[in-house]
Amino acid sequence: MNDMNLKFSKSHEYVRIENRLAVIGISQHAADQMGDVVYVELPQIGKAYSKDEEFGVVESVKAVSSLYSPVSGTVSAVNAELLEHPEWVNSDPYGKGWMLKLEMTSPTELDQILSQEQYDAEVSSH
Amino acid sequence: MPTLIFDQSIPGRRGVTIPASGVPERDLLELLGPELLRQSPPELPEQSELEVVRHYTRLSQLNHSIDTGFYPLGSCTMKYNPKVNEAVARLPGFADLHPYQPAEQVQGALALMYDLQSWLGALTGLPHVCLQPAAGAHGELTGILMIKHYHRHHGNRRTKVLVPDSAHGTNPATAAMAGFEVVTVQSNERGLVSVADLKAHLDDQVAAFMLTNPNTLGLFEEDILAISQAVHEAGALLYYDGANFNAILGAVRPGDMGFDVVHQNLHKTFSTPHGGGGPGSGPVAVSERLAPFLPVPAIVRRPDGSYALDFERPLAIGRMKAFFGNFGVLARAYAYIYAHGHEGLRQVSRDAVLSANYLKARLGDAYEVPFAQSCMHEFVMTSDRQKAQGVNTLSIAKRLIDFGIHPPTIYFPLIVHEAMMVEPTETESKEELDRFVEVMLQIADEVRDTPDLVNSAPHTAPIGRVDEVLAARKPNVRWRKPQTAR
Repeated sequence: MNDMNLKFSKSHEYVRIENRLAVIGISQHAADQMGDVVYVELPQIGKAYSKDEEFGVVESVKAVSSLYSPVSGTVSAVNAELLEHPEWVNSDPYGKGWMLKLEMTSPTELDQILSQEQYDAEVSSH
Repeated sequence: MPTLIFDQSIPGRRGVTIPASGVPERDLLELLGPELLRQSPPELPEQSELEVVRHYTRLSQLNHSIDTGFYPLGSCTMKYNPKVNEAVARLPGFADLHPYQPAEQVQGALALMYDLQSWLGALTGLPHVCLQPAAGAHGELTGILMIKHYHRHHGNRRTKVLVPDSAHGTNPATAAMAGFEVVTVQSNERGLVSVADLKAHLDDQVAAFMLTNPNTLGLFEEDILAISQAVHEAGALLYYDGANFNAILGAVRPGDMGFDVVHQNLHKTFSTPHGGGGPGSGPVAVSERLAPFLPVPAIVRRPDGSYALDFERPLAIGRMKAFFGNFGVLARAYAYIYAHGHEGLRQVSRDAVLSANYLKARLGDAYEVPFAQSCMHEFVMTSDRQKAQGVNTLSIAKRLIDFGIHPPTIYFPLIVHEAMMVEPTETESKEELDRFVEVMLQIADEVRDTPDLVNSAPHTAPIGRVDEVLAARKPNVRWRKPQTAR
């Protein structure tokens, strides 16, 4: 996964950069903890979020969890197919399970969130 | 499994034959117009009365209920519902009342409600009570709306409600429904509210802190007086979720802990039917400063001892429900309270706490108990150890069904992995508690020796393992007539 250059928030969202956009979803660890995801609620294109602001909801057979934006920006795309295929959050969170793309307003925020190594250390300590 | 009543339908079969109308018939099309009439008749099942009775009786026999077996559903207080409650609620003087009868004709019912309010006020330490709310979450909404009006009345527009991360899901849902932003407060390593984190979130935008005590881990919030002081110093109010009131009846009162508003679940603590057997009832009790905001009508006692309905409460939030709440449920709770008396109710909580601690002690070796201190009326254990052996909590819960035991609450509270929340209540005998222990220990052995047996449970239920994921992703809740060849 390192070749994707993923970064993570403490609330288990990942972000990777693709064509200067921030692609956001939830980590494999979070997906495994939640169990089978049955429903995803995502925002509309054009909405602006600041870092750590709630942008959506993911629901599994166990629980409902809020999704928080790891960086600030404006939504330029959402994964509409994911609404029909919530199981992709479990099977391919970093690929087909992506949730939204943001045009970042402060790219330096990326320096403040966790690297893959730091995130792995964070989740294994719990 | 019996087939659906729709699939048993025989075209033209009738339960009753209605005699010809004695008045002239009018055409529906003419009366309502074409835009209000459907084009084809609804596909309702057609069957005789006897077949309908048999169908639903068979279905009811497939149900699990407290009358058929142990039901240790955490935070739900599935206690036995004494049958004398039913006799009281069915007295013709109560059951045959009409809610539009004038107050002077229903003095007995009003006296019962007034007296029940007094009991709930005495037990909670919050003397002003409204019996209208129809369920616990409805009581929560009533309480939070009162808090909202209270702040507005004092010129404040506070926007946030705090809830702990162990809260019942209804707490944040209630706050959001009342228009507040929900902010989560962390628990500490002992499973209690982190007072430091609470203080970090308290400011002049916080309207209330919603708390369950004992909390959903079955633990008493020992810092409640410090919590209460901090909340009030910030100008916020303290809300008590009464779901776990069965733990403290007659022992400690939310009003004395500093709470401003409490909702009760009569269908939990006060033994009225629950879990599909509703309706429920969620009275709220409040302190002096919230009393003017209680819903109308209030039941008042006049100097001559008679009872009346008072609608003249200018600050009231209005009505929360038509008429006076679910009166039949109120009558059952009243019967329960009088069957026990004050000392009996204290004993209820003592026994409930003893039963939970007994189970916790006996199961603590086979399953992990994340919080070691004594519990109140319920406790949380995890099957983390079993999960490492390839069997998750869901499968253990399903396996219990094979032994005629309703599974406990699972995967809640959210802050405990693979959680199982067990609440035995005071109404189970020691023999029944011991049987539950033996079953749980046997399942732990099965997880080690024959995990497939547990992972494929239940085996004896009318329906085996349900595909809950498919049911949630692609719910199929509407019957459609099978297509027949033409």
